[in-house]
Amino acid sequence: MTRLESLPGYDAAAPLLAVSELRVRFGATTVVDGVGYEVDGGQTLAVLGESGSGKSVTARAIMGLVRPPRGAVTAGSARLRGVDLLTLAEEERRRLRGTTIAMVFQDALSALNPVLSVGYQIAELFRAHQGLSRKEAARRAVEVLDLVRIPSAARRARDYPHQFSGGMRQRVGIGLAIALNPQVIIADEPTTALDVTVQAQIIRLLGELQREHGTALVLITHDMGVVADIADRVAVMYAGRVVEQGAAAEVYARPAHPYTEALLGAIPRPELRGRRLAVIPGAPPDPGRPEPGCRFRPRCGYAGDACGQQPPAREIGPGRLTACHEWERVTTP
Amino acid sequence: MGKYALHRLLMALPVLLGTTFLIYLAVYALPGDPIQALAGPNRALSPSVEQALRERFHLDDPLLVQYGSYLKGLLSGDLGMSFAGRPVSEVIAASWPVTFQLGVTAWLFMTVLGVLLGTVAGLRRGRLADALVLGGTTVVMGVPFFVVAYVAQIVLGVNLGWLPVSGTDAGWPLAYVMPGLVLALYGLPQVARLTRTSVLDNLNADHVDTATAKGLRPRAVVVRHVLRNSLIPVVSLLGVSLGYLLSGTVLIEGIFNLPGLGYQIFTAIPQHDGPVVVGVGTLLVLVFLLVNLLVDLLYGILDPRIRLG
Repeated sequence: MTRLESLPGYDAAAPLLAVSELRVRFGATTVVDGVGYEVDGGQTLAVLGESGSGKSVTARAIMGLVRPPRGAVTAGSARLRGVDLLTLAEEERRRLRGTTIAMVFQDALSALNPVLSVGYQIAELFRAHQGLSRKEAARRAVEVLDLVRIPSAARRARDYPHQFSGGMRQRVGIGLAIALNPQVIIADEPTTALDVTVQAQIIRLLGELQREHGTALVLITHDMGVVADIADRVAVMYAGRVVEQGAAAEVYARPAHPYTEALLGAIPRPELRGRRLAVIPGAPPDPGRPEPGCRFRPRCGYAGDACGQQPPAREIGPGRLTACHEWERVTTP
Repeated sequence: MGKYALHRLLMALPVLLGTTFLIYLAVYALPGDPIQALAGPNRALSPSVEQALRERFHLDDPLLVQYGSYLKGLLSGDLGMSFAGRPVSEVIAASWPVTFQLGVTAWLFMTVLGVLLGTVAGLRRGRLADALVLGGTTVVMGVPFFVVAYVAQIVLGVNLGWLPVSGTDAGWPLAYVMPGLVLALYGLPQVARLTRTSVLDNLNADHVDTATAKGLRPRAVVVRHVLRNSLIPVVSLLGVSLGYLLSGTVLIEGIFNLPGLGYQIFTAIPQHDGPVVVGVGTLLVLVFLLVNLLVDLLYGILDPRIRLG
């Protein structure tokens, strides 16, 4: 915390994490095209969208994991209380990773180093950022495993990732993220690789840890159920852009973008048993060949003449944004 | 792991028994007469001397009887006598250090240079260093290594006079630098390229992103999360190579005039000197088996996913 305060641009009143106009390119392809969202302490922002919509890439760009030659962040900012991570010197940025902003990865099996014990991998955080001795760091690592509710933590700390079940492994992944009590945690589809029964436990654990520490949580997911359970706010992404944003309950009750509406319509419900599941017709646009105008236009039932122009994000209520020319028609029942 | 090691050692016994028999059989089946070979071409021994030699080395006994008495001697620690009249154990004792020093020197060159070049090439993928390593290893693979050996002797030994041309008079390390380097070139390209590929694979691994996201220093990320993992397949290649280097150096020992084990086998075969060929050959097989066992044990330590036992 003290570290962040000493950095240029620090503003105690600024939101904990504010991303704005972020652009990421992989080669000649723009995969994230002007994304912006904000989260404050104790809040959970769910970032929704289908595969390839750019939600993970945005998160990786914030963490500094998008680097040449694979990709580059070409514009925008990602500010922690006003401090822009993207213009910070690499060494300053490194010191913030793990301590102030941390990430939980999708597949804990590949995200953990297979040849180092889980205790060692957690202890590395204490050694790198707090300069603790090997022994002291190992002791703290056991505490972290205890915190994420891994039974007989002291013994399990010596085990390797492949010796854990999927759910236990993701607990270790969460342990890595919360070990140094960061202010912002980005969880990139943390439950996708898990059994449905385990998914709820992991989400509950994340929620509990977040409430205890007042952390800002960015939860990237395509699971609408998870969103309804724990999200305060929702940002819906489509083809590299945020198309709708707002309080979770509001977006659920009254979606203001045709894509959100279609996503909500595609949730299986018990009362729809036996009927064909609603699908969104067509496929997402090819990011390599962007067409002018609204990206959702080819798949949209509301499309009109105005949609040939790219819709700006407009504020339709407090904290409520939509990028749709026809939003009024979408919201009228 | 102790149990596993013991199991592997016990398994080595039938392998050793089989190899000694095969080598024995091969020597027995060699065309030509051992006594004639001993006497040299165009020279006849008197029948009584010939008869005495045949009895001394049991040459008239059937193969199995010969082999049986050889094994019996082996169990009591007697490796037999060479045709030249020296105990085989003495031959081995005299030549083993030469082969050992040569093999280890070559292996060290191969390990240090190969891993270093491969790592640099992997981390600097697509840049000049990478191109140099890839091009250089291709050239080395293409040139027969006895050519390299003679060129090295002429340039480093004769023209520049930096290193002895041949022989072991200068002792370790000086006498072994040039043959060791030349021998190392044989396996160096594979080691460098495997290391490079392995480093590239691991650089793109998800767990490296995790390490970066943890805020570790770039050096720690590379050493602990890229190199540590990359070296696992390299270790097994290096282990097998050490086995080969300690056993199969006949040509280099010949070119550089080093009286090692390969050299002994090389001179013993034309003389049909069975006891030497079998004794030395068996020892080389034993060394090969032991080195491989050590590598397997080390592998289990480096990669916990491999459970031994």
